[in-house]
Amino acid sequence: MRYTLRVWRQTGPDARGRLVEYAVDGVTPDMSFLELLDVLNERLLLDGDEPVAFDHDCREGICGMCGLVIDGVAHGPEKATTTCQLHMRHFDPAVPIVVEPWRAAPFPVVRDLVVDRSALDRVIEAGGYISAPAGAAPDAHAVPVPKPAADTAFDAAACIGCGACVAACPNGSAMLFTAAKVTHLGLLPQGQPERHSRAADMLRTQDELGFGGCTQTGACTAVCPKGIPLDTIARLNHDVLAAALRSPR
Amino acid sequence: MAVTGGVLLLYVVAHMAGNLKVFAGADSIDGYGRFLREFLAPVLGHSGFLWVVRAVLLLAVVLHMTAAIQLARRARKARPTGYAHRARVPGGYAARTMRWGGVIIALFVVYHVLDLTAGVLNPHGVEGAIHDNVVADFRHWYVVLAYTVAVVALGFHLRHGVWSALRSLGMGSARRAAAVQAAALGVAVLITAGFLSVPYAVLFGFVR
Repeated sequence: MRYTLRVWRQTGPDARGRLVEYAVDGVTPDMSFLELLDVLNERLLLDGDEPVAFDHDCREGICGMCGLVIDGVAHGPEKATTTCQLHMRHFDPAVPIVVEPWRAAPFPVVRDLVVDRSALDRVIEAGGYISAPAGAAPDAHAVPVPKPAADTAFDAAACIGCGACVAACPNGSAMLFTAAKVTHLGLLPQGQPERHSRAADMLRTQDELGFGGCTQTGACTAVCPKGIPLDTIARLNHDVLAAALRSPR
Repeated sequence: MAVTGGVLLLYVVAHMAGNLKVFAGADSIDGYGRFLREFLAPVLGHSGFLWVVRAVLLLAVVLHMTAAIQLARRARKARPTGYAHRARVPGGYAARTMRWGGVIIALFVVYHVLDLTAGVLNPHGVEGAIHDNVVADFRHWYVVLAYTVAVVALGFHLRHGVWSALRSLGMGSARRAAAVQAAALGVAVLITAGFLSVPYAVLFGFVR
């Protein structure tokens, strides 16, 4: 099958980018979207052109490296699917596919479809950890965790930090990412000592990095490949308010 | 945003409930108007209570708009380069129209105050004759249309606003999310229906 792609090409962070149209032949329905780009890049290399730069690593949907805005939707049209797990059978060969990088001021474009997502690391550094005593590993049953808390925490911990929530948010907010970590750690007994300062510090850092504010549109949850629920944001807000009310900082 | 919105919502609920006195006759609504003007008059003076309420509302509106403008400006700064292919925000019609819906409501409030508070734009326009002013207004289909557009815009604004505000205040995580959704929809529908009942009752001759 032959597909028509309109791909964002940009030679460097400060260069002006533009959409370039390519026709890609020899595509099968069971190819992933990244394999489509592989096929395109092989041809570009043979022709002596620069291949399209894009992020990818595990190609199993668990590492969080890949991420493309496909026809205006982060990770493409399939629900709860990363770009690497998205298959060409979901696309009509007659319709050109527009491929763009994540668009957000804190995610500068490095090249073509690759963006720098270190801003999310800065948010984690601000509080996405627990203070654990060093030494021998504690027994697995030493700290009891209620089953519902463990389940909800685990769902939130499924966040792979791909940044699709930011890419999809009309406000360019990283709220779902931050809320996933705050929910994950804030529900577990090990996360209690820093629970409220964590929420406040991570939110403040996120704002300082230039992400937008949350208006609860739900665009983030709709594209999240791990289905992080919007409820996590209410939990983050709850902990931030509690932080403001409890300790005069 | 959530707190100022909450203040404005409390006022809107009281206003809607007060409006329903139209159905109890001219004496009831005009008497209610006199009561509001004389409420706490020994302490605050004639109409003093109303001016306190107006001051609080004005402050809430200004802060609400300031927060909205800050959010919109942050959003624009957070995405200096837009997408060539834009998908719809999946948050529903109410979420998409918060900003421009708010502008429509603000413009309507200016007209509404000139119409039924100051009486300048009212076809009857006699101070204190609330019932007659209202009836004179809503005999005209275009006035009813203007009020309908604004009240429906308010309904959509509340549909997303109440939901968003409760969650900004940390409510509605997991188990209570459905309850918060239902509360937002319920408030929006009740307020819209309550406000629209008066103009349509006049237009169709139930209140004359």
